[in-house]
Amino acid sequence: MTARAAGWRWQLREAARDLTPGVALALAFLVAVAVVGLLAPWIAPYGEGQILTNESFEPPSAALWLGSDYLGRDVLSRLIYGVRVTLFLALVITFLSFLAGVTLGFLSAAHGGRTDMAMSRLNDAMLSFPALMLALIVINSLGSSFPVLICTIAFIDMTRVFRVARALASDIMVMDYVEAAVVRGEGKAWIIWHEVLPNALTPLAAEFGIRFTYAILFISALSFLGLGVQPPQSDLGVMVKENMQALLYGAYTTLYPALGIAAIAVSMNVFVDWLLQRSSAKLPDEI
Amino acid sequence: MKSDRPEPLLAVRGLTVAARDKRGRETVIVDDVSFDVAPGAVIALIGESGSGKTTISLGCMGYARPGCHITGGSVMLQGQSVLDQPLPALQRLRGKDITYVAQSAAASFNGAMRIDDQVIEIPVITGAMTRAEALERARGLYAALGLPDPDTIGRRYPHQVSGGQLQRLMAAMAMISDPRLLILDEPTTALDVTTQIEVLHAFKTLIRDNRTAAIYVTHDLSLVAQVADHILVLRDGRMVEHGPTEQIIAAPRAPYTRALMDAAHVMPEEIASPRIAAVPEAPLLQVRGVTAGYGRDREIIALRDIDLSIGHGQTVGVIGESGSGKTTLGRIISGLMAPVSGEVLLDGRPLAARVAQRARGDLKQVQFAFQMADVALNPRQRIGKILGRPMRFYRGLGQAESDREVARLLERVELPTAFAQRFPPELSGGQRQRVNLARALAAEPRLIICDEITSALDTIVAQQILDLLASLQKDLNLSYMFITHDIATVARIADRIAVMRLGRIVQQGPVDQVLTPPCHEYTRLLLNSVPEMRTDWLDQAVHERRRLVAALDGTPEAKR
Repeated sequence: MTARAAGWRWQLREAARDLTPGVALALAFLVAVAVVGLLAPWIAPYGEGQILTNESFEPPSAALWLGSDYLGRDVLSRLIYGVRVTLFLALVITFLSFLAGVTLGFLSAAHGGRTDMAMSRLNDAMLSFPALMLALIVINSLGSSFPVLICTIAFIDMTRVFRVARALASDIMVMDYVEAAVVRGEGKAWIIWHEVLPNALTPLAAEFGIRFTYAILFISALSFLGLGVQPPQSDLGVMVKENMQALLYGAYTTLYPALGIAAIAVSMNVFVDWLLQRSSAKLPDEI
Repeated sequence: MKSDRPEPLLAVRGLTVAARDKRGRETVIVDDVSFDVAPGAVIALIGESGSGKTTISLGCMGYARPGCHITGGSVMLQGQSVLDQPLPALQRLRGKDITYVAQSAAASFNGAMRIDDQVIEIPVITGAMTRAEALERARGLYAALGLPDPDTIGRRYPHQVSGGQLQRLMAAMAMISDPRLLILDEPTTALDVTTQIEVLHAFKTLIRDNRTAAIYVTHDLSLVAQVADHILVLRDGRMVEHGPTEQIIAAPRAPYTRALMDAAHVMPEEIASPRIAAVPEAPLLQVRGVTAGYGRDREIIALRDIDLSIGHGQTVGVIGESGSGKTTLGRIISGLMAPVSGEVLLDGRPLAARVAQRARGDLKQVQFAFQMADVALNPRQRIGKILGRPMRFYRGLGQAESDREVARLLERVELPTAFAQRFPPELSGGQRQRVNLARALAAEPRLIICDEITSALDTIVAQQILDLLASLQKDLNLSYMFITHDIATVARIADRIAVMRLGRIVQQGPVDQVLTPPCHEYTRLLLNSVPEMRTDWLDQAVHERRRLVAALDGTPEAKR
């Protein structure tokens, strides 16, 4: 057990040494955003719905660092709470989509033959629906709430994850070490858990980052269209929508949440690229 | 040897190459190597993997692989320093004056272009020849290399010719601009044994007729005896011995060269009569009338009516070239594939066709050792888990017991017990193959099916694995089914052998009977392909091979 822990520490040290300034910046930003989201009630200077002034779109001041929004609420505080909601939703959605997508994808690849064919074609059929359209129809008919949002987007994301997971597992299933387990008489579950998963972990981690970004963009898009997070709660997408008129008055209020979405997405992409590059650069050494 | 000829074509002096890792640490991988190549002479670089032989040959072209760089020494080609050339001049040099034939032609040809276009590419783009001239010369080379249909073969795509033909086509590509120096990097390693001598002969004739100097890189001493004038033996990037071929073969000075000689793929002087020659009354494993096929309706027949028995403590060698069905037979026995008809019996009881239907107690008895240990061991599992799992799976051991057993097993296969904490990529090829074998042993089986387990290893390491197999057999009364294309190895370790061709067993019996005349034509062809340590062997062997191939084309199993 101690050797395993030492291995982890060693890997972390190696990773830290490989960090480039750009990646370090992206990673630092992501960590900061996560901390802000987690501690929102303690960090935010004001309440989420607290109306502080009668003036809409007040310019930034010592009291209101990013000015006021269209109802006279503190933009900074709402931004902090908005990040919290967006991150929470995106994390739960991505986690659920991976749980379902990876399980089904691995099972499909491990079974092979007709089962694999049937599952893959069914998945392809679902993939062929335009994602936003499907989400709009479902959410419109069920009404928007956190559970509905989460389930709908997680389902849509699952079909993407399934494809990646199945492709990864199919490549691994043909390796001799899997055949060695098959010839030993191991069951499918053991093979998936002990032979396939450890070898798929790095690419899956990278995929997790990518899907997480997509989830943020997707929720934001839905919120912007008015079908996502409902007032009085808000996320970054809602804030972009609410404060659009600010641009007419020459204020930047709507750009802050938009910038937030962009910065999180870009940082996550930079980090994932680095992760993938690092793992593929390492492969020739290892094998 | 310092050449006494006045002007060598190539003079390498004190060549030193270092590799630099990500942290900038340097490791010297070629250390102070010097040799000469006279015009028209062939020098062989011999050593195990990691001995620096490929790095040296690339260094002669002024090239170092990514992460490596030449730190010292000089390479003079006809008085001109190769290492001091700027890149454009080097590029003109490579492909025109110095050309290179890589180990795997299949990986070096572009599958989407016709062969002709790839063979004539260099002289045409450098303007040395017109397209028509180049094509004409290419056809001449195809004929000289003994390729079939020299006028039309170049219009095919790489996948439309065989591996041996592709290797010769690559030689044509290297020879087309009439180079002064030809570098051959293990050009026959990837080929079947019986094809190997044909390709080797073609290379030899071509080099001799064109009076081209050549560097021949290989790990197999018996092969170079046929083509090289001088031999340079390398180990860990250093020169061990250097001299004329006859002298090295007849009287090797360095102990390492003698070890290489002992491990070379040559037939033993005399085939010992086996300990257990007869088909046992009550065999451990029996294959009865097995026919198997691939494809949707299993219509592509891979095995026809196979009968084979393996007794307790017996080693049965199954030999054949690729496509002979020997690996399929191993897969049928282990239950990875179901036969179309016939059955496999263990202790006289029929085994279920597939792994999933077999009882755990039956699975435990027959274990499979895979050919390539680097892909047969999960790179993300510690050795302790790889070896511990079969013990817990088959023998129901607990964590503490299996940890103790793993340590004992590692000692048994002569590896340090600390390896239990390591991952497979941290081990060398030979160490990995020991782990691969240990995994089969962990089940405490009675039969191990060894599928070409030594073919990917250097000769000396392979010999160590074979010694280990023998000592395990003595201690544990194990039976082996040894699947290989290497008849010289089988001749040393097997009690009985079965020779397979095109899905049938063409001959089987005690090893000394099968391998001493009179034998089946195909057995003779295999025997004829094993290099002998004398310099005039190749010409005779090629002559004999052509006669045997012609005779074999008339046999019934060829007309399937």
